[in-house]
Amino acid sequence: MKARTCWEAVCTVDDLVADSGIAVWTEDGPVAVFYLPHRLPALFAISHTDPFSGSNVLARGITGDINGEPVVASPLYKQHFSLRTGRCLEDENVAVKVYPVLLDGDQIRLEVPVAQAASVAA
Amino acid sequence: MSKQTLIVIGNGMVGHHFLEQFSQSPAADAYNIVVFGEEKQLAYDRVHLSEYFSGSSHADLAMGTADWYADQGIDLHLNEPVTGIDRDARMITTPKGEYPYDQLVLATGSYPFVPPIDGNDQEGCFVYRTLDDLDAIQASAQKAKTGVVVGGGLLGLEAANALKSLGLQAHVVEFAPRLMPVQLDDQGGALLRQKIEDLGVQVHTEKATTAIVPGSAARLRMNFSDESHLETDLIVFSAGIRPQDTLARACGLELGERGGIVINNQCTTSDPHIHAIGECALWNNFVFGLVAPGYTMARTLSAALNNDASAAFTGADISTKLKLLGVDVGSIGDAHAKTPGARNIRFHDEQAGHYRRMVVSQDGKTLLGAILVGDNGPYDTLLQYALNGIELPANPEALILPESEGGAPALGADSLPDTASICSCHNVTKGDICCAIDAGCTDLGGVKAETKASSGCGGCAALLKKVVDSELEKRGVEVCTDLCEHFPYTRQELFHLVKVNGIRTFRGLLKQYGKGQGCDICKPTVGSILATCWNEHILATDHVPLQDTNDTFMANMQKNGTYSIVPRIPGGEITPDKLIVLGEVAKQYNLYTKITGGQRVDLFGATLSELPEIWEKLIAAGFETGHAYGKSLRTVKSCVGSTWCRYGVQDSVGMAITLENRYKGLRAPHKVKMAVSGCTRECAEAQSKDFGVIATEKGWNLYVCGNGGMRPRHADLFATDLSDEELIRTIDRVVMFYVRTADRLQRTSVWMENLEGGLEYLKQVVLEDSLGIGEELEQHMADLVDTYQCEWKTAVEDPEKRKRFREFVNAPEQKDPVQQWTSERGQRRPVLEVVSS
Ligand code: SRM
Ligand SMILES: Cc1cc2nc3c(=O)[nH]c(=O)nc-3n(C[C@H](O)[C@H](O)[C@H](O)COP(=O)(O)OP(=O)(O)OC[C@H]3O[C@@H](n4cnc5c(N)ncnc54)[C@H](O)[C@@H]3O)c2cc1C
Ligand code: SF4
Ligand code: FES
Repeated sequence: MKARTCWEAVCTVDDLVADSGIAVWTEDGPVAVFYLPHRLPALFAISHTDPFSGSNVLARGITGDINGEPVVASPLYKQHFSLRTGRCLEDENVAVKVYPVLLDGDQIRLEVPVAQAASVAA
Repeated sequence: MSKQTLIVIGNGMVGHHFLEQFSQSPAADAYNIVVFGEEKQLAYDRVHLSEYFSGSSHADLAMGTADWYADQGIDLHLNEPVTGIDRDARMITTPKGEYPYDQLVLATGSYPFVPPIDGNDQEGCFVYRTLDDLDAIQASAQKAKTGVVVGGGLLGLEAANALKSLGLQAHVVEFAPRLMPVQLDDQGGALLRQKIEDLGVQVHTEKATTAIVPGSAARLRMNFSDESHLETDLIVFSAGIRPQDTLARACGLELGERGGIVINNQCTTSDPHIHAIGECALWNNFVFGLVAPGYTMARTLSAALNNDASAAFTGADISTKLKLLGVDVGSIGDAHAKTPGARNIRFHDEQAGHYRRMVVSQDGKTLLGAILVGDNGPYDTLLQYALNGIELPANPEALILPESEGGAPALGADSLPDTASICSCHNVTKGDICCAIDAGCTDLGGVKAETKASSGCGGCAALLKKVVDSELEKRGVEVCTDLCEHFPYTRQELFHLVKVNGIRTFRGLLKQYGKGQGCDICKPTVGSILATCWNEHILATDHVPLQDTNDTFMANMQKNGTYSIVPRIPGGEITPDKLIVLGEVAKQYNLYTKITGGQRVDLFGATLSELPEIWEKLIAAGFETGHAYGKSLRTVKSCVGSTWCRYGVQDSVGMAITLENRYKGLRAPHKVKMAVSGCTRECAEAQSKDFGVIATEKGWNLYVCGNGGMRPRHADLFATDLSDEELIRTIDRVVMFYVRTADRLQRTSVWMENLEGGLEYLKQVVLEDSLGIGEELEQHMADLVDTYQCEWKTAVEDPEKRKRFREFVNAPEQKDPVQQWTSERGQRRPVLEVVSS
């Protein structure tokens, strides 16, 4: 059975910082949203949690590209994570969750899984 | 079979080198090795003895470690002079006992010759040979104003320089009509004299001292044979060296007419069980006063003791290249044209102060010798011609003429034969270097480690680099110096592009000179370059995404995603009121508090959203950001200085505060640390900083490019007795030159080690303005000082900038669930094993 999801509105265009990330709180926990205005698509969302430290910091990393792949570098120990796939470039066994992201008017929406209890209520 | 015993007398440079060679050789297994040294320290680098005055310790100069000796199984007796040799019993004596030997090696070096002048042994009279000598000179110099060196040779001039660096008015008294009579001719000697006098050292030639008596204005008075006299507080004798052959003489070994232990080509003396190497040995009626021939003897003896039939010492080159009081002097081979039929070619530019003389063979085809004063530029090339007998060009004068007057460019590394000796200290030829490269060395450091080239006197460094570069190039090894995949430039090149083209944004630079979108290497680098060039706020919209998280949030991220806050406390001086504010703020936000190693207070555990509020409070109390997060000036550590300390000679706190306020905020390739000490006791540990300042009676001594951290480096003495203005001007220039030319994340220490020409080059650029950019550097610094802003002040006042400090932009009340706390020693700290959700 496919888990139920919803498109949760997490922030507005005004909250974004060009070429950088911000953190939002979602039904699924902390997520980092990146806005890279010089690419298409320009919006990316991955888990905010750095798997190497367990701390919620990925939105505060430096963005860029490595061999064309859009990435963010963890601010703590500097591993790179693909913004498209969530894969860690330095360690193929590690990846962070990726969230589909959508621009809806001036709202940014993320597709997040809906907790069982919440879905019943909805 | 029981082992034989090999005893080495003397633990100096050559004795140590012998042990290094011998202990690695097969024959070592057959011997118990015992070493006796008269000095209390382990063998040290005497060639660089003078650096002891500019901050190097015995540990820096030491050639090995006690552990190394122990690992090799060598029985080391320091501070235990050998007093007698019994050749029949094969036994030596020391004050502590008697020791039998099978083979005995004399490596007793030489001792300074003190002319037999009445009164030469009173207080205030010294020689210049050992660390103990230097300690004694330094102690005496504390109470002295003037110092005289007797002897204007190579060592004498070095000693004069040392006296000058100790703050004394220095004089040199020479018996001969010119300075460095052995190495130079009249013209060269005269030019050297003029240059040295320009530096404030007074030179007296053709003076024979008849007596040393108590002085009236100073401690001592030297009377000369021409009825003149000179008063001085301190005298250093440096009138030549004599081989230390006392033991050999007493036991009846064959000596030379004027001393020196006679050795054959295998370095064995007239007793087949006794050998001699280094400065105590006389070979072919010649004593070598340099380290390289001694090393060659050490290698030869080690080979001979391994029954290597080809081992033979066949003489050594005694050419010298050095900088005396900052003046280049070079002397090669037959400098005085003693070879029959030799002819001279001279070039003398009085304007520039360059003197060059070549001595060529009768047929004009080979170079026999040379003298250089004022500029050693042609030295390497000339030495190679002389050593390798390379045939001179048809117009040999081209080798010493400036290029603008038809001079030839330096001899390319390519034109050297494989047998060309590149490093004479460690006997490394061009062929050895090629082998090392073929065996896998891909850079200068690798070749140095493999061959030991350039780890002796260091004189061959420039030539070595040339050879290595050219050989690497030949093999198609391209050294990639690109910053990263986005910019095919070095940091230095990018700096230049930004500055010259007036580029103000990362995007602008990327569009013109790069490709792709950038990364975590080039973005902070360019961010730093833009900051040094234009000094705009680091959180300006264009610059935000360039910064490391610490710069973005102007605080240091800790392991759990919270931040630490370090307000600036210039010079470590803080009022009680401000201390109380720090305490109150820390208490209010429950911040862990710690005194840092940089004389200030660090407040840990603030969340992102708390940062602006906390800073509002700190700014209101008069604090500024401490840039603990930036690649920029950290702290200027100070000692209490003359205002309180009974020894202080200048206001070190005042100067530290001035410097800290001047350079705060400056963005650099890496962090920069400074310190100011109020006297030579050095309580602020200035010599471990990028810029260290130590007060003197007359002003300030400046040390540069020190480092603590993972690879500590003593700072180099850069300039002495500077006034406040001179000090600041000099630091301005060095800092800006560093900022412009260093590589990314290169501390000043590493920068200095990679700077071609090293300390001397930096001195030329900064003190002599050899590139003509001094004023530009100062102006650039002045602009930065003028446009300084406290980044935190600007940030808290700007609502747009404050927006960045939201933990979760859509949930202001949401706490970060992984930030869990516990308490320890009365303060809060993070729970260490955070588990990701
Ligand atoms: C706070 C402090 C330790 C303390 O509690 O005393 C400290 C803390 C850190 N040091 Fe340090 N260093 C601190 C004094 C020093 C000193 C001592 C000094 O400055 O007198 C040194 C050796 C001196 C030197 O740098 O030459 C020092 C050598 C380092 C190094 C090694 C640098 C090197 O060139 O070898 C690093 C790593 C680096 O920079 O790459 C480092 C890096 C760090 C970092 C930034 C590591 C990091 O990335 O998290 C630490 C974070 C600070 C924070 O979160 O606030 N820290 N660090 C000290 C802050 C001083 C201040 O007031 O600014
Ligand atoms: C200030 C200065 C600058 C110099 N600059 C240069 C330079 O630029 N280039 C260069 O090539 N050379 C230079 N030299 C010379 C160089 O230092 C010597 O050539 C080198 O040290 C010789 O090594 P050695 O082992 O023969 O003698 P030393 O290094 O003098 O060692 C001899 C050791 O034997 C010990 N000893 C003597 N008698 C006894 C005994 N009876 N029992 C036990 N131990 C004993 C001594 O205490 C000493 O420690 C310089 C020397 C000085 C002082
Ligand atoms: S360095 Fe000098 S002035 Fe400073 S505290 Fe030490 S002794 Fe006193
Ligand atoms: S010549 Fe002395 S280190 Fe190479």
